Amino acid sequence: MLLLIPLLPLVGFVLNASFGRRLTKTAAAVIACGAMLVSFAISVAGVAQLVARGPESRFIAQRVFTWITSGDFSVGLTLRLDPLSSVMILVITGIGLLIHVYSTAYMHEETDAEYARYFSYLNLFAAFMLVLVLGANFLVMFVGWEGVGLCSYLLIGFWYQKQSASDAGKKAFIVNRIGDWGFILGVLLTFVRFGSLDFQDVARSAAGLSPETAFGTMSVITLLLFVGAAGKSAQIPLYVWLPDAMEGPTPVSALIHAATMVTAGVYMIGRNAVLFSHAPLTLTIVAIIGTATALMAGTIGLVQNDIKRVLAYSTVSQLGYMFLAMGVGAYASGIFHLYTHAFFKALLFLGSGAVIHALAGEQDMRKMGGLRKELPVTYWTFVVGAVAIAGIPPFAGFFSKDEILYRTYASGHIVLWVVGVLTALLTATYMFRLVFMTFHGDRAPEAHTEPRAEVSHHANHLHDAPPAMAVALIVLAIGSVAAGWVGIGGRFEHFLEPSFGATAAEAVEGGPETTLMIVSVVVALAGIGIAAYFFLVNRRAADRAALQLSGVHRLLSNKYYVDEVYDAAIVQPIHIVSEDGLWKGVDVGVIDRAVNGVAAAVAGGGDVLRRLQTGSVRAYAASIFLGGVLILGYFLWM
Amino acid sequence: MPTLAHYLVLSAVLFCIGTAGVFVRRNLITILLSIEIMLNAVNLSFVAFGRALGSVDGQIIVFFVMTVAAAEAAVGLAIVIGLFRHRESLNPDTFTSLKW
Repeated sequence: MLLLIPLLPLVGFVLNASFGRRLTKTAAAVIACGAMLVSFAISVAGVAQLVARGPESRFIAQRVFTWITSGDFSVGLTLRLDPLSSVMILVITGIGLLIHVYSTAYMHEETDAEYARYFSYLNLFAAFMLVLVLGANFLVMFVGWEGVGLCSYLLIGFWYQKQSASDAGKKAFIVNRIGDWGFILGVLLTFVRFGSLDFQDVARSAAGLSPETAFGTMSVITLLLFVGAAGKSAQIPLYVWLPDAMEGPTPVSALIHAATMVTAGVYMIGRNAVLFSHAPLTLTIVAIIGTATALMAGTIGLVQNDIKRVLAYSTVSQLGYMFLAMGVGAYASGIFHLYTHAFFKALLFLGSGAVIHALAGEQDMRKMGGLRKELPVTYWTFVVGAVAIAGIPPFAGFFSKDEILYRTYASGHIVLWVVGVLTALLTATYMFRLVFMTFHGDRAPEAHTEPRAEVSHHANHLHDAPPAMAVALIVLAIGSVAAGWVGIGGRFEHFLEPSFGATAAEAVEGGPETTLMIVSVVVALAGIGIAAYFFLVNRRAADRAALQLSGVHRLLSNKYYVDEVYDAAIVQPIHIVSEDGLWKGVDVGVIDRAVNGVAAAVAGGGDVLRRLQTGSVRAYAASIFLGGVLILGYFLWM
Repeated sequence: MPTLAHYLVLSAVLFCIGTAGVFVRRNLITILLSIEIMLNAVNLSFVAFGRALGSVDGQIIVFFVMTVAAAEAAVGLAIVIGLFRHRESLNPDTFTSLKW
């Protein structure tokens, strides 16, 4: 039964990819959404079965076939459902289904063939993502890991005629490749060290060891795995691809670059929680990188003007929170934030998609404003999402973010906690800056002239989200409100405990939980207040502040010049070495010259030797005779 | 009573005459005849050795050589006729167009 969960979207992919050109839009959409719907239903049934069991025996495994056998090394295509993967499959199939439904309206202006191509990619992505989270060993996970990377590339570059989109796709793929390099080295080292690639076996072996105080094998393994996670989940220093990935269609950004794929790194660390718990040095690095990423992306998000880029940096920032949680050993809190984040970030992306759709492709927030009356559904659902991410109770984001901050504080990382709180302030500020700039105030006049000619009627009266989009928005808004409630009283953590092993389940000593909670809420409200003052009450103050802090503003607008630094430090040297060294030096100078030299030598030799072919029969006879005499002479006298 | 040496000397003489004929003569038919002389010189040495050693192997191989010689003569003369029809000449030096 487990096999059906990833298999159905794969079937949807095959159908749409094979016959997409001949299918109508309705047929393509029904195939894609139907596959997701059935997959979701099976997932729910599977999770229900899992919950019905006792906490000790909460895993269902299915060995589909033996994949590789070599000596005593054997890897099966094995799927395993446990509490951790059950959270993931519900998020993937549930939110995936909503985004599929949303896409049926969002992508409706494409041609039939393009429409089917879009849904085939989306189904393929869901299939690979489900393989990733259901895989019971590193190799099966790696198949999904690479597969989602491929789909991410395909979907970012979906509008491949656009140069920036195809560039962004390549950037995402190449940066991910650096992470994958670390991941696969970590997997190989795991096998060398533990002799198995199955997650349960590795966890069992690792649990028997004492935590490494110095930098040992497990630290190296976990650090390499973290490199992989940093690539996939857009952490410093490999986060640069995610903001560019916004070139893809907006539902893709919601599904892949907010809710599911980018959380694969967090999931992978959670999956190997026992391993990471035994390498405290790596955990410290994970926590610091996560916090630094959260702060850095939050500050950049504060000054971006592209609505999707703000959300992209917000995603990077929230992923940083998840890594912070992983780094302080609060694996369940990290996964909890992953789960709530999937709801409100998908909601925010889909809401921004509805805005972009209504404005016929406009993404610059400076040209928006006052949309709240024209797009009421979008506005209200968006506000719910923004409140949820800012962390106001009783919305979902509050429970998970507060949990992470509390666990950070309780683990004694006070500096990281302070930075985390500061990031929470930034989160509330940039999110409500976005809300106020987009939905409040007056629309800038050029917004009317921007839309494409054939849809210019949009300019006068904007259309709110069509039914398919509105349904997705409303369901996600309900989720953004209610998703956090399952975590009240530590039920969520308790459910996940079997997946993280005993080491992660250590009780947290009592701390000033209520005080910290109040701090979180006050900070979130302060962030909203700041945004309201600058972007609602006194817009001119914002401009003045930007002018006064023009140095900082320029630094942030240019994203700390990280892309430029990477370009100068990595891309250009590779370019120069490749072009002047390898191409013009080695290829042209050595390889080509060797090949041409051999050819010239053969031709020259032939020129000389062909003179022997005189055409005179008697000359040939003479040479045969001479040869015969020589051979005879050799045998007689030598 | 002629001994083996006598036969071998005669064979060598015949072979040299044939070889010289191949190199010296300018007529394709004569060259073919010279080749026949060379072959028969070899045949002579074969039967001489066969007799000297009391073995029939030498005589058997002579039959093979004669068969091949007959076939060679047939093919060779056919080619000579073909060449003559083409160039109205039997001098091998006129047939040198098959070169670099």
